[in-house]
Amino acid sequence: MSRETDVVVVGGGPAGVEAALAAAAQGLRVTVLDEAPQAGGQVYRAPPHAFGGTIQRDADPIGVALRQRLAASSVVTCFEHAVWSVSPGFRVDALAPDGPASWTARAVVVATGAQERVVPFPGWTRPGVIGLAGTTIMLKSQGMLPGERTLVAGQGPLLLAVAVGILKAGGQVAGVVDLASPADWAREWRALASRPRLTARGAGWRARLLRAGVPFLYRHAVQAVEEVPGGLRVLLTRVDRHGAPTKKVAREYLVDALAVGNGLTASTDITRLLRAAHHYDALRGGWVPTLDAEFRSSLPGLYVAGDAAGLAGADAAVADGILTGLTVARDLGAMTDTAYRGAIGSLRRRARRARSFGTAMARLMAIRPAHVAAIPAETIVCRCEDVTRAEIDAARSEGAQTANQVKAWTRCGMGPCQGRICGDIVGALLAAGEAPREPVGYFTGRTPLRPLPLNLLAGDVEYTSLKLPPPAPL
Amino acid sequence: MTPGLAQETVDVDVAVVGAGAMGATVALHLARGGMRTALVDRGEICREASGVNAGTLTLHMTRAALIPYAMKGRELWLTTERWLGMDVVARSAPGLSLAFTPAERDMLEKRAEARTAMGAPIRILTPAEACRIEPGLNASLLAAAFCELDGHVTAYLTGRAYRQALRAAGVAIIERMAVEQIDRLGQGYRVRGARQVVRARRVVLAGGVWLETMLAWLGLRVPVKCLINQLVVTERMRPVMRSVVGIASGLLSLKQFENGTVLIGGGWQGLGDPVRGGVQAVPENLIGNIQLARHAIPALGETRVVRIWLGLESETADAMPMIGALPGLDEAYVIGCVHSGYTSAPYMGRLLADRILGREPEMPLFDPTRLVQAAPNAVEEMT
Repeated sequence: MSRETDVVVVGGGPAGVEAALAAAAQGLRVTVLDEAPQAGGQVYRAPPHAFGGTIQRDADPIGVALRQRLAASSVVTCFEHAVWSVSPGFRVDALAPDGPASWTARAVVVATGAQERVVPFPGWTRPGVIGLAGTTIMLKSQGMLPGERTLVAGQGPLLLAVAVGILKAGGQVAGVVDLASPADWAREWRALASRPRLTARGAGWRARLLRAGVPFLYRHAVQAVEEVPGGLRVLLTRVDRHGAPTKKVAREYLVDALAVGNGLTASTDITRLLRAAHHYDALRGGWVPTLDAEFRSSLPGLYVAGDAAGLAGADAAVADGILTGLTVARDLGAMTDTAYRGAIGSLRRRARRARSFGTAMARLMAIRPAHVAAIPAETIVCRCEDVTRAEIDAARSEGAQTANQVKAWTRCGMGPCQGRICGDIVGALLAAGEAPREPVGYFTGRTPLRPLPLNLLAGDVEYTSLKLPPPAPL
Repeated sequence: MTPGLAQETVDVDVAVVGAGAMGATVALHLARGGMRTALVDRGEICREASGVNAGTLTLHMTRAALIPYAMKGRELWLTTERWLGMDVVARSAPGLSLAFTPAERDMLEKRAEARTAMGAPIRILTPAEACRIEPGLNASLLAAAFCELDGHVTAYLTGRAYRQALRAAGVAIIERMAVEQIDRLGQGYRVRGARQVVRARRVVLAGGVWLETMLAWLGLRVPVKCLINQLVVTERMRPVMRSVVGIASGLLSLKQFENGTVLIGGGWQGLGDPVRGGVQAVPENLIGNIQLARHAIPALGETRVVRIWLGLESETADAMPMIGALPGLDEAYVIGCVHSGYTSAPYMGRLLADRILGREPEMPLFDPTRLVQAAPNAVEEMT
């Protein structure tokens, strides 16, 4: 039996919680669903309650405050609920630890954040190689290090956050390998200056790493990772400003873990599933849902807030989340136009400022076409199904032009992650460099959004009590 | 067609509209038979029903009258390397249809009897015999119908295989171009799309659930029903079954592929229509379908559902195919609405190609004339 509510918010990060609080403050019944045990999203991820000691104390105060405000509100929260289907109308299906649960709602707010992207290189699927975002999850929720000695590589602000997180947790950072040059970072100074608190934090991180003697290698990328006795050998190469590697191996590191990531992509599973309109925006994390100025998608009743609408960062997620919650309240008749207009004025300015910082960071995370073009032929691109670049290229030369056709011909994107990890890379390979992504398209969104344990979903039923449709004709 | 817009015109002997397994097979054999052939699709080759169906090669659920065709089609799927040049990972496997209640056992016996009469080698087994063939079965079954001639095809590879063969045969493949209209010329047809115009002496409509729209272009009214079948695939798991398993009601089809994934089908319905395609899976229907699957093969409970998708199936008013020449038109043909159509497509397509090439088809076609309703505009013309 479905539970009925006014608004379901999928995702309990800053965008989702703020949207929920704003809508609930106008008297709407709001339910937040999240697969994590507590609110906070990835950015303010909380350690488990059972954990004491330093991890618990180190939880970000912004996240602590967010969780307190949520707990004090009328918002219904369902954690450890993995949403696996959203159907038009709306019906939201989730899998809870004790089985399936569903809701009907007048409006759905998608606040599912972002996901990791790695530009593949030989060896990236080996044990010991972990994503930058994945590393932050380990550090924040478990206080766990990826290894004793970790090399941190890739691009964007997560490089610094991860490297410092490792140091704080008592690990050793072998080096920070950045695809960008110092000039790339300097180019974003105007946006950085607009958020002095965050900029100061970044500068503090950098200073701390330098004090610890951590070398910074700019304009370098991982060329390959090999398993050797006692750990991983990471081969690095210099790259040009387009991300194209120069031929020779510039340096080798012997480490036991490599944390690597090439930015984030917007998490568009639900909007793709519901066939909402999307467009490609390389500077905001790839394919993003097309929204109006008030966060409405092309599907009436479906709203998107935070990084799921295009990367803009945690501060923008707060402001955009509140604005989205207010839009929902007005659209559902819980708020007058006048009250709405009164509420949004200053928020809009705040959102704009926050977004300019977030988009500057997103630019540093943007995929560089020459970097993708240089992926060696034998490299695995789809790690669920072990599909290599050579297989994708072969399908392309046989006439496959769209992401979905390559999926059918090669199984690329057919595995448990449903192409979340490889989707943007496959698109870039098919589009061959700078060409527009629109003709290539994206993997069609499919349920279940998370793999569903069959026993849990089927539950305990007697054969004779199954509800069966009429049989096929004789 | 927008006046003044430069459009490329292609002149061919035959234009086939719809690049599913039916249309692609017709096009392939016509090209091999010496005709200049164009194959047009609004999407890509075999990316609708032909690429997303369950790939079951079964006689248990095939309409009795179509059994001889399905048996021929099955043989062709198992030998695609020979005539398409690529293995579509088609495998022969025993097929079992199960009964868990007395009512299902009755249904099972009736179905088996009707199909055996048409030449399908189906016999009824005891539970113990069935469990020897398929040790993974739920031993509480009452009876099973057994057929040696079952199997499965990896449907998503269909398009890749056909595309190579069509190219080698010299077919002009026009993908991602929706046909907007077909005009009748003095002799032949003009097939109009946004980018190209195909002028053809003959036209073959092979549009599956879109046949109703296509036939209307030629002034024929034939209602076509559209089913939205949900399909479910699990993640890779240990070998838990070796046969193709269904139940008497037809509400289940199960098979495990060599890669370890298990495909669960059975015609449970999702949301969609011919205009929008398959739109959304229905969660309750997923749950019902997997409950049935786990009941048949209990080990499936261990695995996880990875993906659900939708495939559109077409059906005529009498649930029998339309394959043959269209009434009142010169050299215009239709092929489609074949129950278990994927199984028999390679054969049905060849039969129609033979007819168009002036050869006597090996088995009778299915005259579409019986399905044509008086169109309102036809009445107007008469008055």
